Order: sequence, then structure tokens, then C-alpha cells
Amino acid sequence: MGTISVLLVAKVLPYLEQELDKRYKLFDGIDPSQRAAVVRDHAASIRAVVASSSGGPDAALIEALPKLEIVSSFSVGVDKIDLEKCKERGVRVTNTPDVLTDEVADLTIGLILAVLRRICECDRYVRSGNWKKGDYKLTTKFSGKTVGILGLGRIGAAVAKRAEGFDCKICYYSRNEKPDSKYKYYPSVVELASNCDVLVVACPLTPETHHIINREVINALGPKGVLINIGRGKHVDEPELVSALLEGRLGGAGLDVFENEPHVPEELFGLENVVLLPHVGSATVETRTAMANLVLDNLEAHFLGKPLLTPLV
Amino acid sequence: MEVASMESIGVLMTNQMYPYLEDQLAKRFNLFRLWNYPSLSAFAKAHANSIRAIVGSTKMGADATMIDSLPKLEIVCTFSVGLDKIDLPKCKQRGIPVANTPDVLTDDVADLAIALALSVSRRICVSDSFVRNHSWTKSPFYLTYKFSGKTVGIVGLGRIGSAIAKRAAAFGCPISYHSRSEKPDTGYKYYSNILDLASNSQILIVACALTQETHHIVNRQVIDALGPKGILINIGRGQHVDEAELVSALKEGRLAGAGLDVFENEPHVPEELLSLDNVVLVPHIGSDTVETSNAMADLVIANLEAHFQNKPLLTPVT
Repeated sequence: MGTISVLLVAKVLPYLEQELDKRYKLFDGIDPSQRAAVVRDHAASIRAVVASSSGGPDAALIEALPKLEIVSSFSVGVDKIDLEKCKERGVRVTNTPDVLTDEVADLTIGLILAVLRRICECDRYVRSGNWKKGDYKLTTKFSGKTVGILGLGRIGAAVAKRAEGFDCKICYYSRNEKPDSKYKYYPSVVELASNCDVLVVACPLTPETHHIINREVINALGPKGVLINIGRGKHVDEPELVSALLEGRLGGAGLDVFENEPHVPEELFGLENVVLLPHVGSATVETRTAMANLVLDNLEAHFLGKPLLTPLV
Repeated sequence: MEVASMESIGVLMTNQMYPYLEDQLAKRFNLFRLWNYPSLSAFAKAHANSIRAIVGSTKMGADATMIDSLPKLEIVCTFSVGLDKIDLPKCKQRGIPVANTPDVLTDDVADLAIALALSVSRRICVSDSFVRNHSWTKSPFYLTYKFSGKTVGIVGLGRIGSAIAKRAAAFGCPISYHSRSEKPDTGYKYYSNILDLASNSQILIVACALTQETHHIVNRQVIDALGPKGILINIGRGQHVDEAELVSALKEGRLAGAGLDVFENEPHVPEELLSLDNVVLVPHIGSDTVETSNAMADLVIANLEAHFQNKPLLTPVT
């Protein structure tokens, strides 16, 4: 398969890049200007694109690659890929579900605890020598709180399972109510926000869920409520979130994703009721390796004419 | 005796543990604040015979000297579940009942143990700092380690240890434990010695009471058994761990990481730990939430009132 041309359009795990380079004719199209040059020179031969959460082929790129057969994303989220265009052109799309579910759910609980119990602030308090001057202030309990989950898919369900270990009550909002679910369903995000202490965003990013967390939802969550975003930055109206936090209309936030990564609104840096993470939801050695292998296995299956392991399109 | 007439009962609070508790004690009893006196002996000289109850905490409890200096002492209450700062044999000898605050703080402490394990494994604090100091604009953060599914070994399967096990199990972590005796029907794997537990765990969590037997129960051997991929979480007492050995193991890479809520000489933390990325250090906050502190305070008050009304204590230490 060393003659099959593959275009890489986003940074991925070095192991994945190395393996792709070993098995295929790999073109580096991570940098946009470099990508333009690669497309100009090799468009006619590229049969696969490897994408990630930070970059994927839009309609223009898909159109520019006449021989494109498959897009394999090193992520479960595919909001950077024009799925409609892929469907139209008969281009297959694969992602990396399941292998990262635990990881992202773990980080979600880690964020909730870090915000409610001020873990990072306390760690800084000790390291700066402040403990010698006095105790840290009281925080608020996690166990028994009501957790509202926006999107009860694989990740949402895994978060719910973990939160139940802390005797949390679980409620959710989803496009459709899940008939077999034991959790309480709310038919709107505002109602969900009004009835929970911690709101977790765990749905895919689509045109419908863009800014699904808006001013109304934030106000409904309220001055004691905590927002946790492990979905996509664009799920949340970021300026509204920032002003709500600065004005005390929202109790706190744990954010792994932002509208314009790696840029984070400066105003958040001075706040002690937020935890800010650099999009590390699935970023462990174990999981990134599993994700990489899934990308490789999907590509291999495709080029051997076998069924794809985790197709979306 | 009615609640209202307890105002003359002398209660000695050993340190400024919680404003709400202090207010409640001052309202109901004749409250003496030890920290307003230059020393215990100065206090005793002035008021020894007035004191019928002590309210202590993790910072200062009731040692033999204090108990001996208060001839009218009838009850010792502690604003904690841990009893290591109370001279229990002395209390027994004097016929003085002791009450602590179990159960109401179990969830908070268990939550913190999991928070520490997650924070260490996933470098949550380090990556939060990475964002705040603008490093993310220059490069991605490094890969960390998975928590779900790791084998969790718990030292002491009491109320707190069991609550930790329940939470860790929700992450798919196989649970094993070491305890003075095996507990029937837990479904968890029992090890009769801590060394075997450490050898077979990826995350070791200290959740037992501090006694003479458990002093430095986590020593060099145990740390080495836990190993270079292992993580130690201490939400018990600082003296459970040989701190000097822990520090050298972390510096030398013989232990992968540690999450510590307690230290041998609080509020002092070994300098060498302050620059490490593979540790999370918090200032003994195990039960320090508003909800739990209020519940603990209410329990201290309820125990005192029960005693002075000749009713059974709610949470006596047996």
C-alpha cells in the first residue's frame, strides 16, 4: 500500500504519523499554506485524508481531491468534516468512538471535582506557601448533587454511570427521550439547566447544537450552577459565559474546549471558580494509541476492500 | 436539663476550627477559647475547674496533659472522625466518653480521594496552569495516564474506604484492600498484608485510622512495591506515610505520582514536592465543604447536648 497517497490535515499522535508514513505515501498538509501546495501538486493521487478534532476537510478540500475515497478522523467528533459533501461524493468517513469514551468521562468527573472542591486552587495555595498563613476556605460538596447531561450518547452515559457512584441524581436532555433510560428527561436545555447543579455538555457539535449553551441556559443554571464543557467550544456562547462568570450569574465552569483553541479568554485566567484544560479529553498514552490504531485499521480495511470498523458515512 | 440552662456549662474549644461551630457553642454554653491564652497552663490556672467538656479537632485534640489539667472534664468531642489527637486510654481511665463525627464527612473525603487520583493521573492542575500561563498557544500538553480500569488498592476498608471503593468501581477499577481483618461479602479482593496489596495495585489509597500500628504503614518497602508506575493517595494522616521516603521515591522516579491531603507536619510540606508535576498537594481539606462542616458542627453540638441531658451520645467512640 506504499503507493497509496494519504493527506494529513491536522496534527496527530507522532506514532500515528510514523505509521501512516510507513504504510502509505504520506503528505503533510497540516499547515494551510503547505496544504495548498500539496493539493496543487498531488490532488489527482490523494485517496485518503486523515483528520482530527483540530482540522478536517471542508467542502472545498473534498471538491479539490477527485480521487478521495475515505476520510479517517483521529477523534470521535467530526464537526470539522463536511459530512454532507462526503455523502454526496460517496466518500467514506470513520471516527474513533468507544476507545476514548472512558477517558473523556473520567476527565469530566475530574473537572467537576476540581471546580467544586477547588483542587487546582488548593494545590496552588500549598505551593505558594499560603497554607502556613491559614487554612483554605470551605468549598462545596459534589456527592449527591444533581448532574444534568446534555447528550446521553456513549460519553454522556459513561459520565452518568460515574456520577451515580457519587450518589448524584442524573437528568438529561437529548434530541429524543431514551425509552430505556432510568434517568429523568427534560424536553429542553433550559429546563435541564434549571433543574441541575452541574450541567455537562456531551453532545456532538452540529449546526443545531451550535451555541446550545446560550445566555438563557446559563442564567437558568444560575449563580450556584457549574457548567462543564467536554464537547466542543462552539457548543457554548463564550462571551456570554465569560460575562456570566465575571458577574457571578454562573457559579463556576470546567472547560476542556474553547471556541478558538488554543486561545482562551484572558478574563478567565484570574478566576478561581474555573478550571481550564487544553483539550485533553482523550489525551492519554493508552487512549491516543488505541485511537491511532483504529484510524490505521479503518484505512487498511478500506484499501483491502473489507468492512470499515467504525464508519460514520 | 433543658437546653437553655446549659449556658453555665464550661466548654473548652482547643483552636479556631469553624466559626459556625464556635458561634453555636458560645450561644449554648459558657465557651472558653484556648487560643486566647498564652498556654494551656495559663488557661488551666485561671479556669481548670470550670471545664466540663473539650471540643477538639485534627489540629489539637485532648492529650494526657490537657486531660490531667481539667479535673471536672466529663466529655471530649472532636470536630473530626480521626481520633489520633486524643489520648483514648487516658479518657477511658478517667471514665470520659469521646464523640467524633463519622458518616457525615464520609462522602466528602471519598470524593477528595477520587479527585486526587484523577488530578494526578490526568495532570489536571498542571494542565490548568499550562493554560493560564499561555503555554497552550505554543504547544499541546503532553499525554497523561488513564484512570479508568486501574487496580485500586485501599488501606482500611472502613466507612471512608468503602465509599472510595464504591466510587472507583464506577470507573471500572478492580478493587482490593488490606485491613486488620477480612470483611465478608464485599466482593473485593483481600490482602492480609499491605506489601501484597501495594504489589498488586496501580493506585494505593490510605484510608485507615492512625494508630501506633499504622504509623508509617506506607514505608520504603511499600512504596517500592507500588512501583515506578504506581500512584499513592493519602487522605488519612500524614504520619501514615514515611514522608522522607516518599519524597525521595518521587524525586528518583521510583513512584509515578502522589496525591496528598495530609502531611507529617502540617501546614509544612516538604520543599522538594513543591516543584514536582507528578504530585497534587492540598491543605487538609478532606471534609472542608460548607455542607459537611455544618453537619459536623451540628453533630458536635448534638453530642454535647445529649451528654448534658443524660441521653445516649449520637456518635460515641467505642
